[in-house]
Amino acid sequence: MRSEQFNKNDSLGKIIFIYTVLVIMAIISIYPLLDIVKISLRPASSLFSTDLSLIPKNATLKNYYTALFVRPYFTWFKNSTIVALLSTVLSLIVAVFAGYGFSRFRFKGRNIGLLSFLLTQIFPAPMLLLPSYILLRYFGLIDRYIGGIIPYIALTVPFSVWVLKGYFDTIPQSFEESAYIDGANFFQVLWKIMLPLSIPALGVSLLNTFMATWNEFVTANIVFTDTELHTLPVAIFNMTGALSADWGIFSAACLVTAVPVIILYIGMSKFLISGLTLGGVKE
Amino acid sequence: MTGKKSMIPYFLVLPSIMVLVFMIGYPLVFGVNLSFTNMNLYHFLNPQYVGLKNYSSVLTDPELYTTALRTVIWTVINVSLTVAIGVCLALLLNRKLPMKNFFRVLLMLPWAVPQYIAVLTWRNMFQAQYGTIDIIFNKIGITNVAWLSDPFWTFVACIITNIWLGIPFMMVISLGAMQSIPTELYEVAAIDGIKSWDKHRHITLPLLKPVMTPAIVLSTVWTFNMVNVIFMMTGRTGDNETQILVSRVYKDAFTYFNYSKAATFSVIIFAILAVFASSYIKVMRSGEGVYD
Repeated sequence: MRSEQFNKNDSLGKIIFIYTVLVIMAIISIYPLLDIVKISLRPASSLFSTDLSLIPKNATLKNYYTALFVRPYFTWFKNSTIVALLSTVLSLIVAVFAGYGFSRFRFKGRNIGLLSFLLTQIFPAPMLLLPSYILLRYFGLIDRYIGGIIPYIALTVPFSVWVLKGYFDTIPQSFEESAYIDGANFFQVLWKIMLPLSIPALGVSLLNTFMATWNEFVTANIVFTDTELHTLPVAIFNMTGALSADWGIFSAACLVTAVPVIILYIGMSKFLISGLTLGGVKE
Repeated sequence: MTGKKSMIPYFLVLPSIMVLVFMIGYPLVFGVNLSFTNMNLYHFLNPQYVGLKNYSSVLTDPELYTTALRTVIWTVINVSLTVAIGVCLALLLNRKLPMKNFFRVLLMLPWAVPQYIAVLTWRNMFQAQYGTIDIIFNKIGITNVAWLSDPFWTFVACIITNIWLGIPFMMVISLGAMQSIPTELYEVAAIDGIKSWDKHRHITLPLLKPVMTPAIVLSTVWTFNMVNVIFMMTGRTGDNETQILVSRVYKDAFTYFNYSKAATFSVIIFAILAVFASSYIKVMRSGEGVYD
């Protein structure tokens, strides 16, 4: 029995040790989530309780009501959705074209182009943020959706280009050539042949781009200064800013925001991991 | 079509290159230019060139060097511990074990939680007196750790949070690599009577290297550039003695509106990263087929 379930030669002590380590690490990894569940259920009167039990006494859903309906949660949700969706769509369109160009054509400047996409991964947003911010301000794009969307496209395009280019490379060119012989034009080939064959890579790019923009804080915090335009990360961060931070409402808002993302991530984890080997971490 | 001379590839690639030029290339140049001016909130529309004044004030400020040193410590501790813990967990999961998928999902959870929510939650757990960690510490008799009021302990809290965030990535990457190692290698080693630990040292670790090298390089860059954890943990006006280079720039620029100083800091960070990048490219080139 044991030999079927465990490695051969595993002593009982070793098995107990392995499970102990795994259980401790698993507790550490889920505890913060349980902690916000606990705090979100606390009534306002016992916010400063030192009770560690998971479901507090007098548990109440009032914090959820306040977070969702008293605070403008759905305005923030709408802002996040608009910014993330538009950024994702535009970023993917740009990346599909670039990925296809880099994969199927040999042209002057190709290597430099590819290398510069790689370099952007090394010089990421924080150090470009200040000049970008001043430029966006010069063009009057602060406190407008587009002011967040443009930086997000720049932020996410390089990864998608690498993933898509890598995937297009694995598709035999004979498919396209026969379509061209049958008289299809360039866009038909891309739309009807390449894209349907590249669903895994498209999915990875889409998920990565959407998640990156949906959860982005550093840029959103400086571009969307108007409370009406806050995206969820900025709004939730600002809930903790003041001295009188209400952690109960904060925790409720966090949970409502995080749970769908967590389910999506865990559900898609195989997909995302394959994406890491497909693109960024390939070579 | 390959090799055919046409304009098509340029039209295809143009939009993405334009995005890079306008949002990365131009800001880069603009930022360097900014570092030679006195741009701040008072001189926003009429900045004047001040030559190397910003550089001399930043480079002679001892805070630059302590912040740079802190950034190195931050990066080294975070990357080495996430790699060590991630690989160890992957080793435990890469064996016959009932319920291992259940544990794998639980251990991956920190990866799925939006980063900002995770950091703010940790910040709440580190609160004095009412935070969970302080409660637990008090119960076991440790009462003198001032998590979020002492800069040193705030920094430790940031490191703990960042490691928690980083472990799943390393675990997943190394687990993937381990699963692609042929089991025959271990069977042969077992026949030769090689002990379990030696097996890992001579088979697993060398075969992990090609996968782990780029992952480690990436994670080094991410950690070096981590604004989220430090900025959110310390708040808008966090203590300077907790900042790393990038979070310091972010705070100088967007809390104190000292644009030219932040730009100067950025240029210096750029120089440091450029050195790192050249070695990164060497690493990438050593693997074959980057361009094909």
